[in-house]
Amino acid sequence: MTHTLNRLKADAASLMREEQGPRREALLHIAGLCVAFDGVPTLRGINLTLARGESLGMVGESGCGKSVTWLAALGLLTQRAKVTGSVRLAGEELLHAPASRLDKVRGGQIAMIFQDPASALNPVHRVGDQIIESLRLHRGMDHRTAQAEARRLLDQVGIPDAARRLGAYPHEFSGGQNQRVMIAMALAGQPDILIADEPTTALDVTIQAQILELLRQIQRETGMALVLISHDLGVVSEICERVMVLYGGHIVEEVPADSLFDRPAHPYTKGLLAALPSLDGPRQRLLAIPGVVPNAAAFPPGCPFAPRCNRRIGRCHEWAIELASLDGDIRHRAACLHVTSERPAGEVVAA
Amino acid sequence: MARFILVRFARAFLTIGVVVTFAFVVLRASGDPALALLSPETPAEAVEAFRKAWGLDAPLWVQYVKYLFAVVHGDLGQSMRDGRAAITVVGERIPVTLMLTAPALILNLMIGIPAGIYAALKRDSLGDRLVMMVAVVGFTVPSFVLGLLFILAFAVELPWFPSGGAGTWHHVVLPVITLGLGGAAVLARFSRSAMLEVLGQPYIRAASAKGVPWASVVTGHALPNAAIAVLTIVGFMVGNLIAGTVLVESVYSWPGLGSLLVVSVASRDLAVVQCILLVVAATMITTNLTIDLLYGMLDPRLRQLRSGRR
Repeated sequence: MTHTLNRLKADAASLMREEQGPRREALLHIAGLCVAFDGVPTLRGINLTLARGESLGMVGESGCGKSVTWLAALGLLTQRAKVTGSVRLAGEELLHAPASRLDKVRGGQIAMIFQDPASALNPVHRVGDQIIESLRLHRGMDHRTAQAEARRLLDQVGIPDAARRLGAYPHEFSGGQNQRVMIAMALAGQPDILIADEPTTALDVTIQAQILELLRQIQRETGMALVLISHDLGVVSEICERVMVLYGGHIVEEVPADSLFDRPAHPYTKGLLAALPSLDGPRQRLLAIPGVVPNAAAFPPGCPFAPRCNRRIGRCHEWAIELASLDGDIRHRAACLHVTSERPAGEVVAA
Repeated sequence: MARFILVRFARAFLTIGVVVTFAFVVLRASGDPALALLSPETPAEAVEAFRKAWGLDAPLWVQYVKYLFAVVHGDLGQSMRDGRAAITVVGERIPVTLMLTAPALILNLMIGIPAGIYAALKRDSLGDRLVMMVAVVGFTVPSFVLGLLFILAFAVELPWFPSGGAGTWHHVVLPVITLGLGGAAVLARFSRSAMLEVLGQPYIRAASAKGVPWASVVTGHALPNAAIAVLTIVGFMVGNLIAGTVLVESVYSWPGLGSLLVVSVASRDLAVVQCILLVVAATMITTNLTIDLLYGMLDPRLRQLRSGRR
């Protein structure tokens, strides 16, 4: 009896989640975002919408543009980078916004943590002071209140003996602890969005799992949106609801996390999945994607993946690539000629 | 920490000992003071008497032991040229030299560091290029060439300042600028590269990403880190306050320690030269020690390394 009741409850809950999913309020809207360094394009038109409380994964090889997207959105790239397009946060345009406005957004509405926590913390300042700096900037606290809140934050991210550790310097922490400090610092501004740029790449495997679990738990507690940038498909599919696969500065596939392994559509995504070693089953040769990411300065026309693709046809090189949904599922889209041509007759193939 | 300072002190005394010994041997090996000080016509008996009077007839090691014994008791010997205590002869020249070097050091710091920081912040701008161009000229042209050019321009062609000597503040201007430009150029280049190195660090981008305004990123996050590197070169300059002006003093006939050193070496005035070297070594060592302690204040990683190990 209880069993049935529980199952009914679970079903209802999952139904409600399904219902709420697509209708969540859009928070951030990126349209046609392009970045060029010294005239060489790196990002070639990124479109994405992030809903409040959503978790989005972004995967791809190094240099595909997953970090640059967010650095550009927050105006953190050097002067050499030419950024065009639009980044709207709750309707407000962020690109080329005045510095004073961006300083409020950074850390206050969109926080970011980085790959190597040990070098992302200032070596000459105590970690407590670095957290307090954020609290004073974004929450206008006086020193005493900020001190107490910093302690609470360190507690929240799971650093033991928080009160004493506030006075320690980054070099006195391990890599995993430093990443916890970075997360505490990001939480200090009570952001709506947390961008985690390869937060576990520089850490030991055992620590990786802890940090990911912490991120998931904090997202649940605070209800902020999480963008997880990674090259690890497993990590991303486990933490995130939605996954974007980037290649050569384009989004080539956008897929609900639970379909990523079962129904990948783009040949590049398939290649990435095939390149993962499998734990069960017979030992076999790992499949690598042949070739390398094309040099940004000498980019092929048409589909950027075509030169490495085993399903390449002539038209791939003439095609202006565009995401199209699969089987009428608006949540699953891919930018591949084959995907779009395989769709039922009557629909217009992107030309 | 106490042990750290103790070890450093012991090392400092050792260094001074080495300097004293080296100076003693080299000076005596390089020429006879009797021949340098007395005129060639002096009768042989007079030369012998001079040698005997100054103890130069004894074997070298006897002289050395005697000298060491005297030094330990605070007696640095007498000048052979004017018979006064060497320490007095040297001591009265120190403030004269500081009159040049202290303002020059202030000039170095006030021009060099801001120029370097400015150049780093405005990297590749016209301002950066201009600063670096001046800096390259400033530290490739030797100070005596710069000094002669200044004399030519501002004492001979435009008679604004005296070409040499001491007395009024007018005499100070040209030598101080000569010393200051070279030092400022070195500091500017060094500060620029230190600052660029720091600005490229991930914690600078992370500070911006958490919403710290750029001016505070520079002052609160970049400068304290860049200061650690710049301190090294500043320490070197402070160590040179006493002895770094031999050339400039010669060019401007400034009656400081540098001129005294040149004259004393030429005439083999042993006690005076040794005394000068001792003073120079002592200032160098003191500044190095101070700088080492300052490093610990600026860099928590070093501080912990020291207290952790000792």
